[in-house]
Amino acid sequence: MQFGLSESQEFLKDSARKFFAGECPSTEMRRLMETDTAYDAALWAKLTDQGYTGIIFPEAYGGVGLGKVELMLLMEEAGRALLPGPFFSTVVLTGSILDAVGIPAHKKKYLGPICRGEVRATTAILEASASWNLHDARLSASNGKLTGEKLFVSDAAIADFIVVVAHNGVFLVDSKAPGLKIAPMSGMDLTRKLYSVEFHNSPAEEIGSPKDLARAFDIATAALAAELVGGMQRTLDLTVEYAKTRKQFGKPIGIFQAVQHQCADMYLETESARSAVYYAGWALEENSPDAATAVSIAKMYASDAGRTVGNRGIQIHGGMGFTWENDLHLYYRRAKASETAFGDATFHRERIASIVIDAGNVSAKSA
Amino acid sequence: MDLNLTAEESAFRDELRAWLTSNVPKDWNAWREKPIEESFPYLRAWQRKLQEGRWAAVSWPKEYGGRSATLMQQALFWEEMARVEAPPMANSLGLGLIGPTIIACGTEAQKKRYIPKILSAEEIWCQGFSEPNAGSDLAGLQMEARLDGDHYIVNGQKVWTSYGWVGDWCELVVRTDTSAPKHKGLTVLLVNMKSAGVEVRPLRQMTGESEFNELFFRDVRVPVENVLGKVNDGWNVAMSTLMYERGSYGARLHLIFKRFITRLIELARTIPRNGRPAAEDPLIRQKLAQCSAEIEIMRFNQMRAFSRITATGVPGPEGSIQKIFWSELNQRLQQVAQELLGSYGQLLGGDPHAVDKGIWSYAYLRTRGNTIEAGTSEVQRNIIGHFVLGLPRSY
Repeated sequence: MQFGLSESQEFLKDSARKFFAGECPSTEMRRLMETDTAYDAALWAKLTDQGYTGIIFPEAYGGVGLGKVELMLLMEEAGRALLPGPFFSTVVLTGSILDAVGIPAHKKKYLGPICRGEVRATTAILEASASWNLHDARLSASNGKLTGEKLFVSDAAIADFIVVVAHNGVFLVDSKAPGLKIAPMSGMDLTRKLYSVEFHNSPAEEIGSPKDLARAFDIATAALAAELVGGMQRTLDLTVEYAKTRKQFGKPIGIFQAVQHQCADMYLETESARSAVYYAGWALEENSPDAATAVSIAKMYASDAGRTVGNRGIQIHGGMGFTWENDLHLYYRRAKASETAFGDATFHRERIASIVIDAGNVSAKSA
Repeated sequence: MDLNLTAEESAFRDELRAWLTSNVPKDWNAWREKPIEESFPYLRAWQRKLQEGRWAAVSWPKEYGGRSATLMQQALFWEEMARVEAPPMANSLGLGLIGPTIIACGTEAQKKRYIPKILSAEEIWCQGFSEPNAGSDLAGLQMEARLDGDHYIVNGQKVWTSYGWVGDWCELVVRTDTSAPKHKGLTVLLVNMKSAGVEVRPLRQMTGESEFNELFFRDVRVPVENVLGKVNDGWNVAMSTLMYERGSYGARLHLIFKRFITRLIELARTIPRNGRPAAEDPLIRQKLAQCSAEIEIMRFNQMRAFSRITATGVPGPEGSIQKIFWSELNQRLQQVAQELLGSYGQLLGGDPHAVDKGIWSYAYLRTRGNTIEAGTSEVQRNIIGHFVLGLPRSY
């Protein structure tokens, strides 16, 4: 048994960290966040060159064919850099859905271009109820057409197509389809833009059934938790650095236990979330029977820890942490958005309860 | 990353499972509630049996009677022991902490003299570290050892000594140089507890039991050949002992906690709350799920730590997150149990209305000590702050 990263996994994580630090430093992240879509074509081309847009998808469709643990590592590094734009929406979410529900023809037509970096895409899930429970989707297609509204759709304005989770199927709508109206929603996270998407008799191609979505949702949920871990790590690093250099009463503030012990807790929370995320990645990769539980454990813990680490980080930065110019609030905003997305801790605790209490099975796969 | 067992790990586990199936005592449940003074001979016999199968000290090198087990195999050992609810071993400090320290720091003569009897539970060992004025600040200890010819004369007091009442030998940390800086004047002595001038008193703790003792030393004579390691190098010897404390033993906690949560879930199905089983109450469900999840995360953290130690060879200060995590989780878990049981939670064993013979009231009180024993949570956070994060020393 070996719960450390392999040499190639370390390499991937390390090169991703260097890539994001070089191509998407804080200044670039802030520049993109001030644009309407937070999308940059040149950056996207570089992500594609790295193979990131096809990371977990089969080589037959132009992907790289790496595993879910590798996806977690990449998302962790993307989260550390607070990568703006539609990477999560396009690759992690929509790519995984196409991979999970589509027939080969769909994959060739839609997943292939995602892998090759030719298109941006997103998936519309939530409706007015804002419920992450899939059977709460009310929107239905009739005669191949969709009418109704989806909310909180990430990156819809730069998507070339939108996958729609409807009551009676999973559909795909071209962004130039008639009757489609996309309007921005002003979300707290400035790096991942949200939109409402209205359909009026918009032609929709059925690509699969909602009952096959579970695995794709689990992959996206775990990846979002991984991204949270990266944000926590960045918040921790910035905070420890600040606690070493900021002086009050003639001493670096990190010498005070009231500060130091909060840093220790940030470390504990970050490492614990990371352990849970890596395990979830492994369980998904191995199709382990406890994969769904492992994903919920990771998202539950990372959702709460992401917020807590952000709180501690800003608190330790004092007034400086409350300024616009300090990056911490940008991570704090992302952490709040990601906490809710794909179910918050309360949602996932109930999902865990339904497995360990109702199904009477406490055990994750045990050695 | 590969969380499947290797062929060697599976073989180790299968051999152990087979051995335990035919050897683990069936009557431990009848014994476990008796006072430890009564069950101690039983625990000695169990350790002897384990040693006959060469299972008492799997982490020890083969030449000293162990199996040179890898850390992962050691973790499997404790998991399997917990799985079959095997009794503890009588000489747990000797096997887990002191034996390995003697093997690492002792002379050949010392190893020959002490090791076999640690394994056979013939000689029980205890640890004389903490003092009334030296707890978290262990290096500030004052017990004095004055050289007198070929003996040290030892005077002072130790506290929180497990197995003091039954100990034959003690790994004792004493001050041999009062003029040196506090870490540099300490020496470890191997002391016969039957020596004249050693007095052992029970220390009654908040649960009402006496797991620990106070030791009083008055002009106790210890031969110089009983120095472990070098004179005035006792801090390093003691630290190597404490390092073993954060070893593989924790692997069993996962199963113990899981047994607790499984039982709580079972109880929640029958305990009524707002007119329906507590297991259907959304708040209780949230709390049980949180505990279940954290028990798994504790295991994930541990597996990562084992892998890191296996790769780098040394347990790092990151081990401190394990200590904080399990101790605080155990307290949260027992609080959830109390909320679930309501008024019944307070009932002590022996009360006819007590649930599960009062284990929940006992566990609630006992776990209060978890964040204090084996390094307080505050000390653990200092270790993380300074040694892991590189913040300036706060004390």
